[in-house]
Amino acid sequence: MELGVRAPTRRQLLSAIAAVGGTAALYQAMTSLGHAAETQFAGPPNLAGARKGASVIVLGAGLAGMLAAHELTRAGYKVQILEYQDRAGGRNWSLRGGDTYTELGGATQKVGFAKGNYLNPGPWRIPHHHRTLLHYCKAFGVALEPFVQFNHNTFIHSSESFGGKPVRFKAAAADFEGNVAELLAKSINEKALDQRVTVEDRERLLEALKGWGMLDKDYRYASNLRSASHRGYDRPPGGGVNGAPIPSALYSLHDVLDPQVWTSMAFFMGHEMQTTMFQPVGGMDMIGKAFAKQVDGLVTYNAKVSKIAQDDKGVAVTYADTQTGKVVTAEADWCVCTIPLGVLNQIETQVTDQMAAAIRAVPYSGQVKIGLEMKRRFWEEDDSIYGGHSFTDQEIGLVSYPNNNFFGDGPAVLLGAFARDMGGYRLAGLTPEQRIEAALRQGSVFHPETYRKEFSNGASVAWSRVPWSLGCCARWTDETRAEHYQTLVAMDRRIVLAGEHASYVGCWMEGALLSSIDAITRLHKRALEA
Amino acid sequence: MTLRFLLALAALSTAAPALAQTPAGGDSGGGVVRVAKPVTGQQVYEAVCQACHMADAKGGTGAATIPALAANPRLAGAAYPITLVVKGQGAMPSLSGNLDDSQIAAVVTYVRTSFGNHYAKPVTAADVAKIPHPAKSSGH
Repeated sequence: MELGVRAPTRRQLLSAIAAVGGTAALYQAMTSLGHAAETQFAGPPNLAGARKGASVIVLGAGLAGMLAAHELTRAGYKVQILEYQDRAGGRNWSLRGGDTYTELGGATQKVGFAKGNYLNPGPWRIPHHHRTLLHYCKAFGVALEPFVQFNHNTFIHSSESFGGKPVRFKAAAADFEGNVAELLAKSINEKALDQRVTVEDRERLLEALKGWGMLDKDYRYASNLRSASHRGYDRPPGGGVNGAPIPSALYSLHDVLDPQVWTSMAFFMGHEMQTTMFQPVGGMDMIGKAFAKQVDGLVTYNAKVSKIAQDDKGVAVTYADTQTGKVVTAEADWCVCTIPLGVLNQIETQVTDQMAAAIRAVPYSGQVKIGLEMKRRFWEEDDSIYGGHSFTDQEIGLVSYPNNNFFGDGPAVLLGAFARDMGGYRLAGLTPEQRIEAALRQGSVFHPETYRKEFSNGASVAWSRVPWSLGCCARWTDETRAEHYQTLVAMDRRIVLAGEHASYVGCWMEGALLSSIDAITRLHKRALEA
Repeated sequence: MTLRFLLALAALSTAAPALAQTPAGGDSGGGVVRVAKPVTGQQVYEAVCQACHMADAKGGTGAATIPALAANPRLAGAAYPITLVVKGQGAMPSLSGNLDDSQIAAVVTYVRTSFGNHYAKPVTAADVAKIPHPAKSSGH
């Protein structure tokens, strides 16, 4: 290193590239520098130098809206946030004992969880590559802990296989892999692949199949100590006189090929489902609360927006105070609108016809989550399950076990349903009481002796009936993306949309934040040019 | 035999997502969902529609409104409700990926003759088929 001249660190270099060339350049540079191309986050936007007196109205105090308000305030804008609810956070939300929740249709639930327990109705896990969210969690002091995403010892249940009984994930997965390995090895040894694979690679592949699929010396997948070391034992290894392990019997190939098995395995291979994952200590809404601290004093709650108007000079947003009925029109130079599209499309909004069509074009999903408080951690104490998910093909979709306070005494809340598609519609259509009953009936398949016996109380959120979003997440298709996405994210004169719906990381908090950063960066640029 | 098995395995991996009714990307559960197929109009209504429109078909209002289907004069013509169910509108998704034309016909008939609606002429699967169905690419 030369005297007085310090070579830039890689971080400094990347910051410089970002400042000069923008995010796209940075993204390319990161890739060529050997970083895994796993995020588009290039650091906080560092906006500065807003015109004196310039103002922004942000619609919605979810993560996208609060991040926009926080960063625009730092850049020098005067910011006001309008929020329909009486709380900040949006879909970043936790329900605890003492909370009351009223869904569309009027059904009201008083949550009865014990102190410290919670249900995260919306987001509940954070991938390790969602760097924007992780950045702001650290910056805003949100403590994170591991979310036990993948647990070999949970159950898979299919109503059509294994006699309708749950099987351990590890056993079903081992048998799937073992059978595939045996059949592929057999086809190699019967010379079926001689045209496709060189002699050398055939040998390597056979070795791999034997090692990966736990085949015996004859390339058979059989009940023995090799297969048992993946799928589990009838008598596990122990000490002393009866220390020798006894292998377990295999499941039939037909059962193992039930799609419930391989789809459960493949689930964990998806980019966003890969470990490590995190959750905030104390409930997901710790994130929303930390964001809310950053925009303290900027939020007007209980504001139901009825009209969003704009002209060459500015925007005017008309809203009613849902407590007093008083109607107010707030004005500003610019607007960042994070209102979910299913709500926004019912608000009179002065945008181009193309933008209005884009807002109308994106439907929302209707997941259902049900939290069940159990008097004790029988899944840990009786079944050796510590976090993770048991999958079922019933309406509830899965049972997911708590990721904190392992070995604790006293009641704990497990996720008794994460229903989607037809299962979601079905459970959403029930009353809260009927949902609990359905969750108990279906979840009992995994823990027949204990599930009902240990049940204490429960709460449910059907996203299709959530009064302030009318759904869980925006559902784009290839066709709607092609026709509407660029219109939706483009600035419409003085209005720009942000939120998970304005991203390709849909349904994740990361998408909301990336969208927000992109939107305010363009807004700021436009404001300086205006 | 073994090659045939492998081919069958490959075919299974393309066929099964339809069974799984591939969820709309984003955060979702794993595995497949198998629920009893609702057949009659009332069964379809209870299994799907009332998730939003409520058991009494009166909808609800919060930051926005889920319209009431009860006593709704816009159901007088069958094409309108058929089109909404097939194509979706606003927050409401297209249901033509979840329901076949017979199920859609049954539920539209049911809604048009229930909840204070008296539009007696039944809707047929052929009526539903006349409405262009959206492509079924998986969401993301």
